[in-house]
Amino acid sequence: MTRKQRRLTLIGSAGAVLAVAIGLIMFALSDQIVFFQSPSDIAEKQIPDGQRIRLGGLVEEGTIIRADDAKVSFRVTDTVNTVQVTYTGILPDLFREGQGVVTEGVIGPDGVFAADTVLAKHDENYMPTEVAEALKDKGVWQGEQ
Amino acid sequence: MIVELGHYALVLAFALTLIQSVVPVWGAVRENERLMAVAPPVSIAMFFLVLLSFTALTIAYLNSDFSVQNVWENSHSAKPLVYKITGVWGNHEGSLLLWALILVFFGALVGYFGTNLPAPLRAATLGVQGWVTAGFLLFMLSTSNPFNRIPNPPAEGNDLNPLLQDIGLAIHPPLLYVGYVGFSITFSFAVAALILGRIDAAWARWVRPWTLLAWCFLTLGISMGSYWAYYELGWGGWWFWDPVENASFMPWLAGTALLHSAIVMEKRDALKVWTILLAIFTFSLSLLGTFLVRSGVLTSVHAFATDPARGVFILVLLCLFIGGSLSLFAWRAPLLKQGGLFAPISREGALVFNNLFLTAACAAVLVGTLYPLALDAVTGEKISVGPPFFNLTFGPLMIPLLMAVPYGPILAWKRGDLLAASQRLYAAFGLSILLTLFTFWLWGMEKVLAPLGVGLAVWVMAGAVAEIVTRVKLTEVGLARGFARLKGLPGSAWGTATAHFGIGVTALGIVASSAFQEEKVLTMAPGDTVNVSGYAVTFDGAAPRQGPNYIEDVGHFTVRQAGVVIAELDPSKRLYPARQMPTTEAGIHTLILSQIYVSLGEPRDTGAIDVRIYYKPLITLIWIGTLFMALGAVFSMADRRLRVGAPKPAARRKAVPQAAPAE
Repeated sequence: MTRKQRRLTLIGSAGAVLAVAIGLIMFALSDQIVFFQSPSDIAEKQIPDGQRIRLGGLVEEGTIIRADDAKVSFRVTDTVNTVQVTYTGILPDLFREGQGVVTEGVIGPDGVFAADTVLAKHDENYMPTEVAEALKDKGVWQGEQ
Repeated sequence: MIVELGHYALVLAFALTLIQSVVPVWGAVRENERLMAVAPPVSIAMFFLVLLSFTALTIAYLNSDFSVQNVWENSHSAKPLVYKITGVWGNHEGSLLLWALILVFFGALVGYFGTNLPAPLRAATLGVQGWVTAGFLLFMLSTSNPFNRIPNPPAEGNDLNPLLQDIGLAIHPPLLYVGYVGFSITFSFAVAALILGRIDAAWARWVRPWTLLAWCFLTLGISMGSYWAYYELGWGGWWFWDPVENASFMPWLAGTALLHSAIVMEKRDALKVWTILLAIFTFSLSLLGTFLVRSGVLTSVHAFATDPARGVFILVLLCLFIGGSLSLFAWRAPLLKQGGLFAPISREGALVFNNLFLTAACAAVLVGTLYPLALDAVTGEKISVGPPFFNLTFGPLMIPLLMAVPYGPILAWKRGDLLAASQRLYAAFGLSILLTLFTFWLWGMEKVLAPLGVGLAVWVMAGAVAEIVTRVKLTEVGLARGFARLKGLPGSAWGTATAHFGIGVTALGIVASSAFQEEKVLTMAPGDTVNVSGYAVTFDGAAPRQGPNYIEDVGHFTVRQAGVVIAELDPSKRLYPARQMPTTEAGIHTLILSQIYVSLGEPRDTGAIDVRIYYKPLITLIWIGTLFMALGAVFSMADRRLRVGAPKPAARRKAVPQAAPAE
């Protein structure tokens, strides 16, 4: 092979790998990303059945109900709208009433949000940014600006 | 007093970096010996000044001097001694000081040991290292000064985030930082080569050990962080594709590519421009990682501070270094001559293949990490890119790479013979097929992909063994002579084989633990027993316990196999009163390579408790594999050829001065 052919092979294979990578990324981005929604978004928008979303807000006071087999249900609120959430498993250490929470899962036909992931903040000063901004949107943010 | 001394030393170090940034670089360009000679002593002086500064802060922590804001915010007099020390870098300012300390330490190493480097290269490298150091010291002094005092010191501190009060996490940042910052030296070498406009095999010989060292520590640091997340966060997962994890993983991927392309450059004088570019990318990704983690753009346990001024400062630094070095690259890279032709099927070809897939995978991780931030900034839309994205992009890119790993070291330089190489890998291939079928037979149609994953991992491991066997010609010379020849193998051959073997081990751990794990989540009352993968786990009850700076509820579990007690586990939920913060301590029992993992949830009023129990087969292999990788790097660094011989071309060049590059 001449120098030119070798260079072309190199560039060709590099281009091929790059194309595959870009293809994978585009496909995954179109399919695998999850949008963040507040309870009001859910009340206002039509979210297709079975679409995974992230729901964030405050855990409404007095709504945590624990059942057997580590099942738990609670309500997530942005103080305007609320959504009923069910979850099976161990809640994060910092999951508390009146605190910010982000859950990921699917809304059932009955309007109950079946979460398979519950995330709470990592330390006591932290509010998930999504939640903070959703609360600011609703004008009910009480922390510092 | 000692605190002010530390502060003063830091300011003085910053003043020295300004000299270091200008004088030696100017000297290197002008070929002025006296100006160049400034660099080594200044680099060593800078190291001692920052060391003094770091020691001062450590002493403030040991004395629980709460008049220092940083100590007050992150320490507590009741904290155990070891966490008082590790608390020094368990916060934003202190961790930056550690960053700076390692930065100047590497500079001092080049200054002290680099006597056999060509003088202009050494001076320019130290100068560039000075630019980086200047940026970071200025950042610290202007926005994140660890020595700020409080006018009316409180009697008690705020304590360290309890999640960080753990020995695993105590050593995770230093390891990771040596890795991150170690790449600063390769970056400085690369930029110096661009400034001087020339580069040769001696350059690659010098760069490779630094890359190996940084890569070795980065590997261990990531591995340690992953194990910490596994046992401390109580979710039973060891990798979450969290942006902060990606922040350390991207430099690792780029650094791994750099490691391989530097071999081609050293041995065959090819891929020069690419290697320089990779060196720049790797350190840029380290800087990006620091920015993502430290600026508060991402919210996680790592984001200590969310002061926007800091974020903007790091962003400016980031743009300056990455933009500056890439512009310099675009301007100067055409000066570097290309050399070393090779056929597509050859050792060089295999290493290019490795580089292509690693950089593509790195790009996929980069997109997945930055896309949510970019989308938020542009449209305000909030999204999350989670494990499904990375499994779908990163996973498929790793498969061809792993399949090719055993071929790389067996192919000849310049022009290889694929068929001959395959013949040497027959045994490895056979073993891999055999274990695939065996796994398939064990699990049946239930899991289809997992046996293939097991086969791939075994292929990589057996391929590494086959490489050593091939190298000593074990099949031709017989066992006795073959073993005698093992000793004669160069360190780099052992390094390659060991590190590749480690990749296979980690892959096997990942496949086995994710495909064959069993998870039970349930509410258990005292006396309840649950079966997990053949182990009977009994909850005996829970009791409170008092720790040094926390209180905890400890659950007691007994694990039995066929009626025989094999382990007792004490997972707990802790509460750290200083911050009113609870944490989870998982109870883990290791059975050879597999683990039983128990973590607690909320206790009920009835005495029952939510429990999550896992059986994770072969999970320890994930971390054992990384130890093999790090060991491989150590073997390669120990290779005599990296030290002996390297100075010679440099010395020769000194004797025959070259014309100064046009400038």
